[in-house]
Amino acid sequence: MSDQAIITAAISILLLPLLSYTLTFFFGKKLPRKGDFIGVTLMGIALVQALRIFIAFWKIGDPAYRVEQSFRWLNLGDNFRLDAGILVDGMTAVMLMVVCLVSFLVHLYSTGYMHGDRRYERFFAFLGFFTFSMLGIVLSNNLFFLYVFWELVGLSSYLLIGFFFHKASAASANKKAFLTNRVGDWGFWLGILAFFTACGTLNYFELFAQVNAGAIKGPLLAWAGVGLFMGCVGKSAQMPLHIWLPDAMEGPTPVSALIHAATMVAAGVYMVARLAPLFGPEALMVVLYVGAITAFITATIALVKTDIKRVLAFSTLSQLGYMVMGLGAGDPVNAMYHLTTHAMFKALLFLGAGSVIHAVHSQEMPEMGGLRKKMPITFWTFLIATLAISGVPGLSGFYSKDGILGSVLAVGMVKGHYLPFILGITAAALTPFYMFRIVFLTFFGKPRDQHKFDHAHESGWAMAIPLMALAFMTLISAGIPGKTADKGWFSKFAAPYDVAAISAQFDAKQGGGELLVASHEAAALDGGHGETALGEPVAAHGEAAAAHGEAAAVPGENLHAEAMPAEGGHEAAPAHGEAAPAHAAPANAHGEAAAAHGAAAGGHNSHVRHTAHIRAMIMSIIVATLGITASWWTYHKLRVNPAAIQARLPFAHKVLQGQYFFDELYAATIYRFTLWWSMICAAFDRIVIDGIVNGTGYLTRLVAWVSGQCDRYIVDGAVNGVATVLQGAGEGIRRVQTGRIQTYLVYVSASVLVLIVIYRVL
Amino acid sequence: MGEHILSWMTFFPLIGAAVIACLPSGRKQVIRTVAAVAAAVPLLLSVQLFMNFDRASGALQFVEHYTWIKSFNIEYFMAVDGLSMPMMMLTALLSFLCIFASWGIEKSLKGYFAMFLLLETGMFGVFCALDFFLFYVFWEVMLLPMYFLIGIWGGPRREYAAIKFFLYTLAGSVLMLLAMIAFYLNVADPVTGGHTFNMVHMFDQNNHSAWLQTTNIRHMLWLALFIGFAIKVPVFPFHTWLPDAHVEAPTAVSVILAGVLLKMGTYGILRISYPMLPDQAMWFRYALATLGAINILYGAYCAMAQKDMKKLVAYSSVSHMGYVLLGMAAMNSAGINGAVLQMFNHGTITAMMFLCVGVVYDRAHTREINAFGGLGMQMPRYFSFFSFALFAALGLPGLSGFVSEAMIFIGAFPAFRTITIISALGIIIGAAYVLWMLQRVFLGPKNDKWDNLPDINAREMFTLVPIGILVLLLGVFPMPVLDLMKVTLNNLIKVVAG
Repeated sequence: MSDQAIITAAISILLLPLLSYTLTFFFGKKLPRKGDFIGVTLMGIALVQALRIFIAFWKIGDPAYRVEQSFRWLNLGDNFRLDAGILVDGMTAVMLMVVCLVSFLVHLYSTGYMHGDRRYERFFAFLGFFTFSMLGIVLSNNLFFLYVFWELVGLSSYLLIGFFFHKASAASANKKAFLTNRVGDWGFWLGILAFFTACGTLNYFELFAQVNAGAIKGPLLAWAGVGLFMGCVGKSAQMPLHIWLPDAMEGPTPVSALIHAATMVAAGVYMVARLAPLFGPEALMVVLYVGAITAFITATIALVKTDIKRVLAFSTLSQLGYMVMGLGAGDPVNAMYHLTTHAMFKALLFLGAGSVIHAVHSQEMPEMGGLRKKMPITFWTFLIATLAISGVPGLSGFYSKDGILGSVLAVGMVKGHYLPFILGITAAALTPFYMFRIVFLTFFGKPRDQHKFDHAHESGWAMAIPLMALAFMTLISAGIPGKTADKGWFSKFAAPYDVAAISAQFDAKQGGGELLVASHEAAALDGGHGETALGEPVAAHGEAAAAHGEAAAVPGENLHAEAMPAEGGHEAAPAHGEAAPAHAAPANAHGEAAAAHGAAAGGHNSHVRHTAHIRAMIMSIIVATLGITASWWTYHKLRVNPAAIQARLPFAHKVLQGQYFFDELYAATIYRFTLWWSMICAAFDRIVIDGIVNGTGYLTRLVAWVSGQCDRYIVDGAVNGVATVLQGAGEGIRRVQTGRIQTYLVYVSASVLVLIVIYRVL
Repeated sequence: MGEHILSWMTFFPLIGAAVIACLPSGRKQVIRTVAAVAAAVPLLLSVQLFMNFDRASGALQFVEHYTWIKSFNIEYFMAVDGLSMPMMMLTALLSFLCIFASWGIEKSLKGYFAMFLLLETGMFGVFCALDFFLFYVFWEVMLLPMYFLIGIWGGPRREYAAIKFFLYTLAGSVLMLLAMIAFYLNVADPVTGGHTFNMVHMFDQNNHSAWLQTTNIRHMLWLALFIGFAIKVPVFPFHTWLPDAHVEAPTAVSVILAGVLLKMGTYGILRISYPMLPDQAMWFRYALATLGAINILYGAYCAMAQKDMKKLVAYSSVSHMGYVLLGMAAMNSAGINGAVLQMFNHGTITAMMFLCVGVVYDRAHTREINAFGGLGMQMPRYFSFFSFALFAALGLPGLSGFVSEAMIFIGAFPAFRTITIISALGIIIGAAYVLWMLQRVFLGPKNDKWDNLPDINAREMFTLVPIGILVLLLGVFPMPVLDLMKVTLNNLIKVVAG
């Protein structure tokens, strides 16, 4: 396939589900079968296109090969522009396959599962929109459009989780999902703003180049990284924002399969893996711990839940924790590998659970049992997926999970942070236990609800075919990881960003006391790329693999020296090309020291990595065996009574059953505070602000009244008063004028008398 | 009409109003038709304006410049540039659609439409007047019909709301009037040397007298103008007239009020305050950004607590106008272009929201959020429209509101980091009140009381669909509107921020 053909195919993959959405949304009701065939057909075509791209990249076999095309979306003259663009590389090719495959199968499955629903055509429309949004995330070549599609995924999940919105629980669950995601998006958006402000671009590879060049560093880089990661915490449902995912079970089961396998939760992990070079060492440490804690606590919750979908939901959370842990350990490749394998078996588990629910009309495992004979296809496919997720060697889950645990242990050994590994390996023991608990409670033993059992039957072909297809994918997606890294199929695809080279260089520039730790850490992270046996891409490059021992600190050079020519005519920024020389020939003394130390430490640490990996593998085989055995002993042989354990540990059971009370905690704090604060604001607005306004009005009226009264009684009073006085005076004086001579004579005489008296006396 | 296109746009509705005034009040259909025609002509002219506007030029276009009152050097000076173009388009579109949203008005239809068209004249006039006196006249002309539209055709507390609106705005106008006179007396016409109301002369700092160059005087003038405009925006704490006016006003008047009138405040700041007092604009920018952040968050929290749908939407306007302030304060290309785009987008989005609230109010005669529930099943098509509007309001990418908010944040982040980080919390709270309302009105079990509510009808859809298409198109391709404004606004930034 030519580059142009790849781009064309990618654009068609993006637009097909959008077309499906539009057609089904507006015309579905009028079409035969309410237009469900549109979605299935168009997704089928998209899948074929994805397969073509996948094969093309298989043939190219170079994880650094990429095809990119941008166009100007927004342009305000010299100082501000934003591009939209498509990026296809190995990682994209894999994700396209995953998303299209799962989405296609979910579409197919839904024709059976949703049959007869009142808003059947809407469901297919929303599925199309969901797929479109997710594909947008996968195909975007810059952070802005990543964010755009990221939010659209949020909308899609809102629409689908709330599909049965007449149920009050669904109506809360979708709001919760959207809002919890928005909290994460707040950080994500600020992270994007920080990178854009510092680097002036949002194109991935230009950003990597800028970060390499030191455009953003120090605490800002750390915080910006944490900000980006917050997006992942929301979308990929990591602690403490994981609370929406269990509630998202309110959506129809095919939606759960889609959310848990290929879309939405995968987005967060994909984003961090894609942007791995933007995460500094501090941010990665946060990522590591968040992932580890999530993996552990959600696995413990899964132990006690009885709703089959809920157990699966918590298992998803736990597996996402692994992926995030892998990202935090500086091993995005294994994280993506786990994402891929998990997508297959988790979609299978959900669709299998859906098949069971469809058959018995219940989600409660205590009402199931003995369904193995009645639903053979469901049973066998479910069993395959369970084995895969449990980490049974030979199946995909084992390799991917093990790769992550190896990297996490290596970080632990180098830096002394053993807690993530301990949490991870404990969760690895719990996983097979609760997964086989589902298998035993659902498919084995005696039916606990005879009525429901009698009505159960194997699902129709529309539902069975997706199950078989996914089981097949689960079996083969392990591929042939082989003994040596360069045989793993995944290594042909996962773009091996060199996180280590970037963080080492970044730290080298800081100089001083941090230097030693930094280079040490960088080397450890390098080891993760260079040495892990299974599915590791860096080693796939002959030279790099050969150079392991002494050059562990500079694998970037080898890698990108190759990557550069491969980029050919594409206008991508030579991000890693710059990184590597800078690393190989540091400009300052500190840098040299770092490199030298890094080389030494790298030699040591690649050894550590190797050891760590073997140890992790052995341990995970042991814990998987233990977990399965314990589950078999408890739930099949019934030698242990879980109820007795519950009775013995009431507090622990309560905490687990209550999901560590995160929801209650938020309800008591954040929700309550927000509501209270909104009431305060509204009351303040009504009483104080509007009070002042109305008060001013009232005061004005009061002043007007007073002045009115003044006017009436004082001003006008004075006027009238003068008149009254004059009138009164007139009245008085009038009396004098009697008109009689006698009176006047008296006046004159009296006056003369008075005058005489005055003259005499004075 | 080619030569005097702005005058035609401005005064055609007035002609319509005059015609309506002469019609017998019994001929309702004729009155409605005349009103529709009177609003349709400016809409068509605005399309012509859009086609012929030279996007590469930042200069004033479609200029009409005549002497009006010679003894005071008052001119009839009308023109548009990139700042006023989007506002003209918005006014033309919303006014036209609001005629149809007012179709069901029963009470003295004649007076209503006459007032409405008079209002439209005032709005167009404000957006294209470039003589300060003329601007002031249009500004006040608008006030009167608005007062009557709320006071006569409003809800139960209409008189209180109308008087509050009127007095509040008038108080602002007085300050603006004082500032205007100060400018008039202290700006010299470069040709004649006499006093002038010509804004273009006022922009040129060389024409300012020595008195006008005193810092304290400039501070005071800035504040006088700012308060005058802030009341209109409305900026916290001058916003309380807004929820009252909105709640009482009939649907179409709310649409105009939120869709167009609020923009006059921010338009005034950008048109008058910024270029006339550029140094004060820089001096005030932190305060402006802070006020923006307060508007965003305070408005959002207040919206969350509301029980009345219309009041909720009104407070959401306070919140969304806060983004405009934040973007304006950023003084960079992304920020100011984002702010003007947000003015346009908020106009369309909030119009959709008010129209949607009107739809349910016409049927149920209540706007109490908690009185509803499960309407999604009862009125599925209406549900789609309202959800669309609400998601646009919460800044969903793909719809126009997101583009402008994103641009504002991108502009504001380098300018005020902390304020931007806090303001960005608005995207969470904004989503919270919107979705909570959506849930309480449309989702959950259906309230049997509303079993007979008919779904949205064709006329109502006719008012919503054009705006919806615009919101979607500008969300995907924002450049058609940005192209109009960017040259003008980038010049403005050069004037203000150097």
